[in-house]
Amino acid sequence: MFKNMYNWIDERLDITPMWRDIADHEVPEHVNPAHHFSAFVYCFGGLTFFITVIQILSGMFLTMYYVPDIINAYYSVDYLQHQVAFGAIVRGMHHWGASLVIVMMFLHTLRVFFTGSYKAPREMNWVVGMLIFFVMLGLGFTGYLLPWDNKAYYATKVGLEIAGSVPFLGDYIKELMNGGTIVGAQTLTRFFAIHVFFLPGVLLALLAGHFFMIRKQGISGPL
Amino acid sequence: MAHKHDPNEKIVFIGDSRVRKKDHSNVVPPDYTAFPGKSEAFIPNFLLKEWMVGVVVLVGFLTLVIAEPAPLGYPADPLNSAFIPMPDWYFLFLYQLLKYPYASGDYIVLGILGLSGLPFISLLLAPFLDTGKERRFYRRPIASSLMLVSLVAVAYLTWVSWNHYEHELEINGQIPEHIEREIKAREAIEKGLPRPVPGREKIAAMVAADDPAFTETMTKAQCIACHGAELEGANGPTLRGIGDVLSKEELVETITNGKANGNMPAFKDNLSTEEIDKIATWLSKQKAEAK
Repeated sequence: MFKNMYNWIDERLDITPMWRDIADHEVPEHVNPAHHFSAFVYCFGGLTFFITVIQILSGMFLTMYYVPDIINAYYSVDYLQHQVAFGAIVRGMHHWGASLVIVMMFLHTLRVFFTGSYKAPREMNWVVGMLIFFVMLGLGFTGYLLPWDNKAYYATKVGLEIAGSVPFLGDYIKELMNGGTIVGAQTLTRFFAIHVFFLPGVLLALLAGHFFMIRKQGISGPL
Repeated sequence: MAHKHDPNEKIVFIGDSRVRKKDHSNVVPPDYTAFPGKSEAFIPNFLLKEWMVGVVVLVGFLTLVIAEPAPLGYPADPLNSAFIPMPDWYFLFLYQLLKYPYASGDYIVLGILGLSGLPFISLLLAPFLDTGKERRFYRRPIASSLMLVSLVAVAYLTWVSWNHYEHELEINGQIPEHIEREIKAREAIEKGLPRPVPGREKIAAMVAADDPAFTETMTKAQCIACHGAELEGANGPTLRGIGDVLSKEELVETITNGKANGNMPAFKDNLSTEEIDKIATWLSKQKAEAK
């Protein structure tokens, strides 16, 4: 039955070439950890994506309970952590995953750098990868405020003071991110929106570009 | 799977010209003869191997998640002046760098644009700065050594920043709030009390509110300036139910010498020993269960 359904769709949309291209493309020996153990360094990119998927899924579940206002934010996190079934696990995954994704991305960047894989013709993919790196740091910074405890509040305050010390544009950046002159109710809703809608949207677009390019250009050859 | 047409068919009539004739001859996997060795298809062969690496990471990750709950401190309090700010660990190097006198104050432009901005821009544009054909890192000494120096610098700055934070905690007699909160929660549960939710604790009723120890001595000592007119807590913590937390001896000690973090002043010069004893006796009676 599934075969018939598939054929019915395929006849109309010709979907076979799309997934055959992804499934059948060959992976060379020098990146395969089954053949060379040291090739595990080529897994960091895939692992970054894996953790990113964990972050997106756990984050989706967290928004079911999280309330982005200064009165309730802290207590919604407290409730999530202590009252919701598996809430501590889901929040734990999101919390530790945020660090792990930075670690993995850092290792992936170092692998690409030290194998010289960013060289022609893959310059654009490196630039997109660095943009992903910056978006991830932005996600880390905005997400850190959301539990609205003292650590979150003061880290954001310090971070925005640093942003405010950027020459010429500093004050504008700071006010834009603050949503006013102080870290307060506006900052929290603003960071929430940036963390949950703006940056993930940008991230997915950049990831699509990253994967399209690696698929189009293939992986860099052995050294 | 979807090969329904006879491949030898010369003409295929398709009613709607926008639907292309299916031609799967171009989905043959690209040739990897340029990379000699044992290539294999991405799905499922290679992906399963990568998944095995993923599973190892996942097990380690979930072990960490279960062993170490995500931290949560006390609700944000903009008036808390004793809190030591602490960005997430991957920002520490930047935080530390911008504390140095040559990267802050009058030199903040150098700190932001030169020492932070320039390396990040160079990293972003690395392929256009390091344009040689050579890929091996030991044949690209400039690029590689710049990266290694940056890595050492980032590691060093992170380490200095973390050490500084630990030192600050120590000299202020503080422990991180999420740990303090965890300890208090555990203590409450061991006593059979409900888990306290910071900021939402039920305030215990005052015991013997007409005692002169409160109405005269404590008013004179200005206790209520920080602890609230009804001892419900203001800048200082609430003293209702303090008898459940501290013994009389501990109360005498705290009132006499204050607290190491400087939030609670010492009263040994303002109050006589008898007065302190009177207050401590009264405070030690402040128990939630008493009523």
